[in-house]
Amino acid sequence: MQELINKANAEAVDRIQKAQPKVVGIGVALNDIPGMTKKTILHAGPPITWDRMSGPLRGAIIGGLIYEGLAADEAEAIKLATSGEITFDSCHHHNAVGPMAGVVTASMPVWIVENETFGNRTYCTLNEGLGKVLRFGAFGEEVTTRLKWMASILGPVLKEALALHGPIDLKTMIAQVIQMGDEGHNRNKAGTSLLIREIAPYIVMTSYSNEDKIDVLKFLNSNDHFFLNLTMPAAKSALDPAANIPYSTIVYGMARNGTDFGIRVSALGDRWFTGPAEIIDGLFFPGYTKEDGNPDIGDSVITETSGIGGFAMAAAPAIVQFVGGTPADAVNYSTMMYEITEAENIAYKIPVLNFRGTPTGIDIRKVVETQILPIINTGIAHKNAGVGQVGAGLVRPPMKCFEDALEAFVIKMEQEGIL
Amino acid sequence: MSRINELFKQDLKVVNMGLESFYNDLKAQKVETIHMNWRPRAGGNPKMLALLKRLNTKK
Repeated sequence: MQELINKANAEAVDRIQKAQPKVVGIGVALNDIPGMTKKTILHAGPPITWDRMSGPLRGAIIGGLIYEGLAADEAEAIKLATSGEITFDSCHHHNAVGPMAGVVTASMPVWIVENETFGNRTYCTLNEGLGKVLRFGAFGEEVTTRLKWMASILGPVLKEALALHGPIDLKTMIAQVIQMGDEGHNRNKAGTSLLIREIAPYIVMTSYSNEDKIDVLKFLNSNDHFFLNLTMPAAKSALDPAANIPYSTIVYGMARNGTDFGIRVSALGDRWFTGPAEIIDGLFFPGYTKEDGNPDIGDSVITETSGIGGFAMAAAPAIVQFVGGTPADAVNYSTMMYEITEAENIAYKIPVLNFRGTPTGIDIRKVVETQILPIINTGIAHKNAGVGQVGAGLVRPPMKCFEDALEAFVIKMEQEGIL
Repeated sequence: MSRINELFKQDLKVVNMGLESFYNDLKAQKVETIHMNWRPRAGGNPKMLALLKRLNTKK
């Protein structure tokens, strides 16, 4: 049994290592995301019904319905959300990922990322910036106005610029940002800067007005996290081919919806193993405390699943000013993650660890055996709908997800006559 | 004199495994000590230990 698992895990990690994610274009959710409809709302994390959703997810859905013109105000949006007319589904079920609430509605522009090695595609919305934004559960005129500008100007300008430039190799870019002080989840200063350097000349070459081009360049420059919405689909595109490998105990998906934390394991297919999302330990913006924080939320933990984010924290010592702790803690977190992973990444390397590859390929057996849980860098949303981000910090998944998955794996092996 | 007494005549360098309070007590007495980040396998959970054991077979 051990040999079968080890061989399957080597195959899973080999597929992750061979991934070549490239951003190939910008589309519109309704036209490009498989299974999307005008009345579908995708959200972060495992599937969840309205009655169990947390404040920020409800807030983002209210904002999404108003933005789509399906509801005029908060009351109408809540009525519609509870009517059964709207289909709620996990982004992951549609080859997509979304940061924080992860709400994707029909008319939103989306990045299209392709893993060239395996031909699979993934999708993610464009990052709105920090503060009062939909993904942290905020809604209202400011949020809607920004989203409409993103759909009418930002998306089309970037789409044309990208068509002029050609596909951008995200693997090479992420490998560079890990050596420039980013970890690809909660610190994206280098990534956003590299993206601007790459795309700016082509933005200037587009057919749009100078005013629009200036607005786009200013928006990109004002938002340090713009690159996050590319590291996320890049990570998912690398991990998806590692799903459904018989006997593999490697985790190919982790995600949170603000109520549940869920993981998916290669040999166990599409099944989610869930546990209660944890409260985040971190630094809060002035005027807010831990009491204001919502439990862990967002698909951005796909970065840790692929071997960056918290797993590459040693590469990003400056991040401790945002999430708490010391640079020595950052090194310890990365070092500890080697205990629960199958391999060292061949592309993403950490200078301060003598260019050791980032810990890649979480094995549920190792998590249960060592009791070391994956470390996650994350933003903190206010627990109430309509407020927004209140801080950033560190969190871990519940052990229950890994224990339940291990038990299910053994049962499956028994049913198949392997055990 | 037994060898153990020889040991205690020297400055001790201690690696502590298990209860952290042992480490804290030694540290308070200025004994050079490091605490090893160690936990029992699967946190000592018999059900998880049994599951892991089943997967360790060489079949």
